[in-house]
Amino acid sequence: MSMGCVSPDGRLSDRALSFLKLVKERGQILPQEAVQITGRPLFQVRSSLRELTQAGFLKQEGEGYSITEKGLKALEEASAS
Amino acid sequence: MEQVVSMPRIGDQAPAFEAQTTMGTIRFPEDFQGQWVVFFSHPADFTPVCTTEFMGFARLHEEFQKRNVQLLGLSIDSNYSHIAWVMNIKEKLGVDIPFPIVADIDGKVARLYGMLHPGESSTVTVRAVFVIDPNGKIRAIIYYPLSTGRNMREILRLIDALQTADKHGVATPADWVPAPQTWEFTEENTKVIVPPPTTYEDALKRLQEGYECKDWYFCKKKLG
Repeated sequence: MSMGCVSPDGRLSDRALSFLKLVKERGQILPQEAVQITGRPLFQVRSSLRELTQAGFLKQEGEGYSITEKGLKALEEASAS
Repeated sequence: MEQVVSMPRIGDQAPAFEAQTTMGTIRFPEDFQGQWVVFFSHPADFTPVCTTEFMGFARLHEEFQKRNVQLLGLSIDSNYSHIAWVMNIKEKLGVDIPFPIVADIDGKVARLYGMLHPGESSTVTVRAVFVIDPNGKIRAIIYYPLSTGRNMREILRLIDALQTADKHGVATPADWVPAPQTWEFTEENTKVIVPPPTTYEDALKRLQEGYECKDWYFCKKKLG
Protein backbone atom coordinates (compact mmCIF):
# COMPACT_ATOMS: atom_id res chain seq x y z
CA MET A 1 0.00 0.00 0.00
CA SER A 2 1.35 3.42 -0.95
CA MET A 3 1.81 5.45 2.21
CA GLY A 4 2.66 9.01 1.27
CA CYS A 5 5.95 9.39 3.18
CA VAL A 6 8.20 6.62 1.90
CA SER A 7 7.93 5.42 -1.71
CA PRO A 8 8.32 1.70 -2.49
CA ASP A 9 11.91 2.32 -3.60
CA GLY A 10 12.71 3.99 -0.27
CA ARG A 11 12.66 7.64 -1.37
CA LEU A 12 11.23 10.17 1.08
CA SER A 13 8.52 12.68 0.17
CA ASP A 14 8.75 16.38 1.00
CA ARG A 15 6.27 15.76 3.80
CA ALA A 16 8.51 13.02 5.24
CA LEU A 17 11.61 15.21 5.08
CA SER A 18 9.78 18.10 6.77
CA PHE A 19 8.78 15.77 9.62
CA LEU A 20 12.34 14.45 10.00
CA LYS A 21 13.67 18.00 10.09
CA LEU A 22 11.11 19.00 12.69
CA VAL A 23 11.85 16.01 14.93
CA LYS A 24 15.60 16.66 14.64
CA GLU A 25 15.14 20.33 15.62
CA ARG A 26 12.93 19.50 18.61
CA GLY A 27 14.90 16.46 19.83
CA GLN A 28 11.66 14.71 20.66
CA ILE A 29 8.12 15.51 19.61
CA LEU A 30 4.58 14.51 20.50
CA PRO A 31 1.95 14.17 17.73
CA GLN A 32 -0.10 17.04 19.22
CA GLU A 33 2.95 19.33 19.15
CA ALA A 34 3.57 18.42 15.51
CA VAL A 35 -0.05 19.32 14.71
CA GLN A 36 0.38 22.77 16.28
CA ILE A 37 3.68 23.45 14.52
CA THR A 38 2.86 22.09 11.06
CA GLY A 39 -0.87 22.85 10.88
CA ARG A 40 -1.40 19.38 9.45
CA PRO A 41 -4.40 17.33 10.68
CA LEU A 42 -3.83 14.95 13.59
CA PHE A 43 -4.56 11.77 11.62
CA GLN A 44 -1.95 12.71 9.02
CA VAL A 45 0.67 13.51 11.66
CA ARG A 46 0.04 10.19 13.39
CA SER A 47 0.17 8.16 10.17
CA SER A 48 3.33 9.96 8.98
CA LEU A 49 5.16 9.45 12.27
CA ARG A 50 4.12 5.80 12.32
CA GLU A 51 5.27 5.22 8.76
CA LEU A 52 8.62 6.90 9.35
CA THR A 53 9.06 4.82 12.52
CA GLN A 54 8.25 1.58 10.69
CA ALA A 55 10.81 2.50 8.03
CA GLY A 56 13.48 3.11 10.71
CA PHE A 57 13.84 6.90 10.28
CA LEU A 58 12.26 7.67 13.69
CA LYS A 59 11.91 5.78 16.94
CA GLN A 60 9.04 5.96 19.39
CA GLU A 61 9.69 6.40 23.10
CA GLY A 62 6.41 6.40 25.01
CA GLU A 63 4.19 8.98 23.32
CA GLY A 64 7.11 10.87 21.77
CA TYR A 65 9.19 10.41 18.63
CA SER A 66 12.91 11.05 18.07
CA ILE A 67 15.17 10.74 15.05
CA THR A 68 17.44 7.73 14.39
CA GLU A 69 20.85 7.54 12.74
CA LYS A 70 19.08 6.46 9.55
CA GLY A 71 16.86 9.54 9.77
CA LEU A 72 19.82 11.87 10.26
CA LYS A 73 21.59 10.28 7.29
CA ALA A 74 18.48 10.73 5.12
CA LEU A 75 18.35 14.44 6.03
CA GLU A 76 22.04 14.89 5.22
CA GLU A 77 21.61 13.17 1.86
CA ALA A 78 18.53 15.28 1.05
CA SER A 79 20.32 18.56 1.85
CA ALA A 80 23.35 17.48 -0.22
CA SER A 81 21.29 16.66 -3.32
CA MET B 1 -26.04 -18.36 -0.22
CA GLU B 2 -27.52 -15.37 1.56
CA GLN B 3 -25.08 -12.49 1.95
CA VAL B 4 -24.58 -11.20 5.49
CA VAL B 5 -24.28 -7.42 5.48
CA SER B 6 -22.56 -5.72 8.40
CA MET B 7 -24.56 -2.79 9.78
CA PRO B 8 -22.86 -1.01 12.65
CA ARG B 9 -25.34 0.60 15.02
CA ILE B 10 -25.41 3.61 17.32
CA GLY B 11 -23.44 2.79 20.46
CA ASP B 12 -21.11 0.31 18.70
CA GLN B 13 -17.38 0.90 18.47
CA ALA B 14 -16.50 2.09 14.96
CA PRO B 15 -15.19 -0.90 12.96
CA ALA B 16 -11.44 -0.66 12.37
CA PHE B 17 -9.81 -0.58 8.94
CA GLU B 18 -6.66 0.59 7.17
CA ALA B 19 -7.02 2.40 3.87
CA GLN B 20 -5.43 4.70 1.36
CA THR B 21 -6.87 8.23 1.20
CA THR B 22 -6.18 11.38 -0.79
CA MET B 23 -4.10 12.57 2.19
CA GLY B 24 -2.13 9.37 2.85
CA THR B 25 -2.77 6.03 4.50
CA ILE B 26 -4.93 5.95 7.61
CA ARG B 27 -5.68 3.52 10.39
CA PHE B 28 -9.24 4.07 11.47
CA PRO B 29 -10.30 4.94 14.12
CA GLU B 30 -6.84 4.79 15.78
CA ASP B 31 -5.38 7.80 13.94
CA PHE B 32 -8.42 9.92 14.82
CA GLN B 33 -8.55 9.17 18.54
CA GLY B 34 -9.32 12.32 20.54
CA GLN B 35 -11.32 13.90 17.71
CA TRP B 36 -14.89 13.65 16.54
CA VAL B 37 -15.19 12.23 13.02
CA VAL B 38 -17.91 12.72 10.43
CA PHE B 39 -17.31 9.67 8.22
CA PHE B 40 -19.52 9.92 5.16
CA SER B 41 -19.95 8.01 1.93
CA HIS B 42 -20.95 9.37 -1.45
CA PRO B 43 -22.04 7.32 -4.49
CA ALA B 44 -19.22 8.18 -6.89
CA ASP B 45 -16.62 10.71 -7.96
CA PHE B 46 -17.45 13.03 -10.88
CA THR B 47 -21.16 12.99 -10.10
CA PRO B 48 -23.05 16.23 -9.64
CA VAL B 49 -24.93 15.79 -6.35
CA CYS B 50 -21.75 14.52 -4.67
CA THR B 51 -19.85 17.52 -5.99
CA THR B 52 -22.37 19.90 -4.39
CA GLU B 53 -22.05 17.96 -1.12
CA PHE B 54 -18.26 18.15 -1.15
CA MET B 55 -18.43 21.87 -1.79
CA GLY B 56 -20.89 22.15 1.10
CA PHE B 57 -18.58 20.26 3.45
CA ALA B 58 -15.60 22.34 2.28
CA ARG B 59 -17.53 25.57 2.97
CA LEU B 60 -18.22 24.48 6.56
CA HIS B 61 -14.81 22.89 7.13
CA GLU B 62 -13.69 25.61 9.54
CA GLU B 63 -16.89 25.24 11.56
CA PHE B 64 -16.25 21.51 11.87
CA GLN B 65 -12.63 22.20 12.87
CA LYS B 66 -13.79 24.60 15.63
CA ARG B 67 -15.78 21.68 17.06
CA ASN B 68 -12.77 19.30 16.91
CA VAL B 69 -14.37 17.36 14.05
CA GLN B 70 -12.41 15.70 11.25
CA LEU B 71 -14.33 15.08 8.04
CA LEU B 72 -13.62 11.82 6.19
CA GLY B 73 -15.21 10.89 2.85
CA LEU B 74 -15.47 7.53 1.08
CA SER B 75 -16.64 6.06 -2.19
CA ILE B 76 -15.99 2.90 -4.16
CA ASP B 77 -13.45 4.60 -6.40
CA SER B 78 -9.67 4.55 -6.77
CA ASN B 79 -7.36 7.06 -5.14
CA TYR B 80 -6.43 8.34 -8.64
CA SER B 81 -10.11 8.98 -9.36
CA HIS B 82 -10.51 10.82 -6.04
CA ILE B 83 -7.46 12.98 -6.76
CA ALA B 84 -8.63 13.74 -10.31
CA TRP B 85 -12.08 14.72 -9.02
CA VAL B 86 -10.71 16.92 -6.22
CA MET B 87 -8.46 18.64 -8.77
CA ASN B 88 -11.45 19.07 -11.08
CA ILE B 89 -13.46 20.72 -8.28
CA LYS B 90 -10.54 23.05 -7.61
CA GLU B 91 -10.12 23.89 -11.30
CA LYS B 92 -13.77 24.26 -12.34
CA LEU B 93 -15.34 25.53 -9.11
CA GLY B 94 -12.42 27.12 -7.27
CA VAL B 95 -12.99 25.05 -4.12
CA ASP B 96 -10.27 23.20 -2.20
CA ILE B 97 -11.35 19.93 -0.60
CA PRO B 98 -9.46 20.08 2.70
CA PHE B 99 -10.29 16.62 4.07
CA PRO B 100 -9.29 13.06 3.08
CA ILE B 101 -11.35 10.68 0.94
CA VAL B 102 -10.99 6.93 1.44
CA ALA B 103 -10.24 4.97 -1.73
CA ASP B 104 -12.42 1.88 -1.31
CA ILE B 105 -12.07 0.35 -4.76
CA ASP B 106 -12.96 -3.17 -3.57
CA GLY B 107 -15.88 -1.94 -1.41
CA LYS B 108 -14.45 -3.60 1.71
CA VAL B 109 -14.93 -0.59 4.00
CA ALA B 110 -18.34 0.19 2.50
CA ARG B 111 -19.52 -3.33 3.36
CA LEU B 112 -17.95 -3.12 6.82
CA TYR B 113 -20.03 0.00 7.53
CA GLY B 114 -23.22 -1.07 5.77
CA MET B 115 -22.95 1.73 3.23
CA LEU B 116 -24.13 -0.48 0.35
CA HIS B 117 -27.91 -0.82 0.26
CA PRO B 118 -28.69 -3.33 -2.51
CA GLY B 119 -32.29 -2.13 -2.89
CA GLU B 120 -30.90 1.28 -3.88
CA SER B 121 -27.71 0.15 -5.64
CA SER B 122 -25.41 -2.85 -5.35
CA THR B 123 -22.41 -1.05 -6.83
CA VAL B 124 -22.31 2.42 -5.30
CA THR B 125 -22.67 3.57 -1.70
CA VAL B 126 -25.70 5.45 -0.45
CA ARG B 127 -25.17 8.80 1.28
CA ALA B 128 -24.32 7.50 4.75
CA VAL B 129 -23.06 9.62 7.62
CA PHE B 130 -21.46 8.13 10.73
CA VAL B 131 -20.73 10.51 13.59
CA ILE B 132 -17.99 8.96 15.70
CA ASP B 133 -16.89 10.41 19.04
CA PRO B 134 -13.31 10.91 20.33
CA ASN B 135 -13.40 7.44 21.92
CA GLY B 136 -14.26 5.75 18.62
CA LYS B 137 -17.91 5.11 19.46
CA ILE B 138 -20.63 5.58 16.83
CA ARG B 139 -22.97 8.27 18.15
CA ALA B 140 -25.27 8.92 15.19
CA ILE B 141 -26.03 7.49 11.76
CA ILE B 142 -27.86 9.13 8.87
CA TYR B 143 -28.75 7.58 5.50
CA TYR B 144 -29.85 9.50 2.43
CA PRO B 145 -30.66 7.98 -0.99
CA LEU B 146 -28.61 8.56 -4.13
CA SER B 147 -30.95 11.24 -5.47
CA THR B 148 -30.95 13.59 -2.47
CA GLY B 149 -28.07 15.78 -1.37
CA ARG B 150 -27.58 16.17 2.37
CA ASN B 151 -27.88 19.38 4.38
CA MET B 152 -24.43 20.07 5.87
CA ARG B 153 -25.83 22.51 8.41
CA GLU B 154 -27.99 19.72 9.81
CA ILE B 155 -24.86 17.59 10.27
CA LEU B 156 -23.20 20.51 12.05
CA ARG B 157 -26.33 20.92 14.19
CA LEU B 158 -26.15 17.21 15.06
CA ILE B 159 -22.52 17.63 16.21
CA ASP B 160 -23.54 20.64 18.33
CA ALA B 161 -26.40 18.66 19.86
CA LEU B 162 -24.21 15.63 20.71
CA GLN B 163 -21.43 17.77 22.17
CA THR B 164 -23.93 19.84 24.19
CA ALA B 165 -25.61 16.68 25.50
CA ASP B 166 -22.21 15.29 26.57
CA LYS B 167 -21.02 18.51 28.18
CA HIS B 168 -24.15 19.41 30.11
CA GLY B 169 -25.85 16.04 30.63
CA VAL B 170 -28.97 17.20 28.78
CA ALA B 171 -31.03 16.21 25.74
CA THR B 172 -31.96 18.55 22.90
CA PRO B 173 -35.49 19.01 21.51
CA ALA B 174 -36.68 19.12 17.90
CA ASP B 175 -35.12 21.93 15.88
CA TRP B 176 -32.74 22.80 18.74
CA VAL B 177 -29.86 25.09 17.82
CA PRO B 178 -27.06 26.38 20.09
CA ALA B 179 -27.87 30.02 19.26
CA PRO B 180 -30.56 31.80 17.24
CA GLN B 181 -29.62 31.61 13.58
CA THR B 182 -31.00 31.76 10.09
CA TRP B 183 -30.15 29.09 7.59
CA GLU B 184 -29.87 31.00 4.38
CA PHE B 185 -31.40 29.50 1.27
CA THR B 186 -30.93 31.45 -1.95
CA GLU B 187 -32.19 31.19 -5.50
CA GLU B 188 -29.28 28.82 -6.13
CA ASN B 189 -30.76 26.33 -3.65
CA THR B 190 -33.94 26.04 -5.75
CA LYS B 191 -32.15 24.62 -8.78
CA VAL B 192 -32.03 20.88 -9.50
CA ILE B 193 -29.37 18.62 -11.01
CA VAL B 194 -29.64 17.39 -14.59
CA PRO B 195 -28.70 13.67 -14.69
CA PRO B 196 -25.20 13.47 -16.17
CA PRO B 197 -24.69 12.02 -19.66
CA THR B 198 -23.79 8.35 -19.79
CA THR B 199 -22.01 8.22 -23.15
CA TYR B 200 -19.04 10.10 -24.56
CA GLU B 201 -21.22 11.33 -27.43
CA ASP B 202 -23.77 12.84 -25.03
CA ALA B 203 -21.03 14.30 -22.83
CA LEU B 204 -19.64 16.20 -25.80
CA LYS B 205 -23.08 17.74 -26.43
CA ARG B 206 -24.00 18.50 -22.81
CA LEU B 207 -22.36 21.93 -22.61
CA GLN B 208 -24.38 23.11 -25.63
CA GLU B 209 -27.79 22.06 -24.30
CA GLY B 210 -28.68 25.29 -22.48
CA TYR B 211 -28.20 24.15 -18.90
CA GLU B 212 -26.12 25.95 -16.27
CA CYS B 213 -23.00 23.78 -16.40
CA LYS B 214 -19.78 23.84 -14.43
CA ASP B 215 -18.48 20.82 -16.33
CA TRP B 216 -19.87 18.08 -18.57
CA TYR B 217 -21.10 16.02 -15.58
CA PHE B 218 -22.32 18.91 -13.43
CA CYS B 219 -25.28 20.86 -14.83
CA LYS B 220 -28.26 22.46 -13.10
CA LYS B 221 -31.60 23.87 -14.21
CA LYS B 222 -34.66 25.60 -12.77
CA LEU B 223 -37.89 23.63 -12.76
CA GLY B 224 -41.04 24.97 -14.39
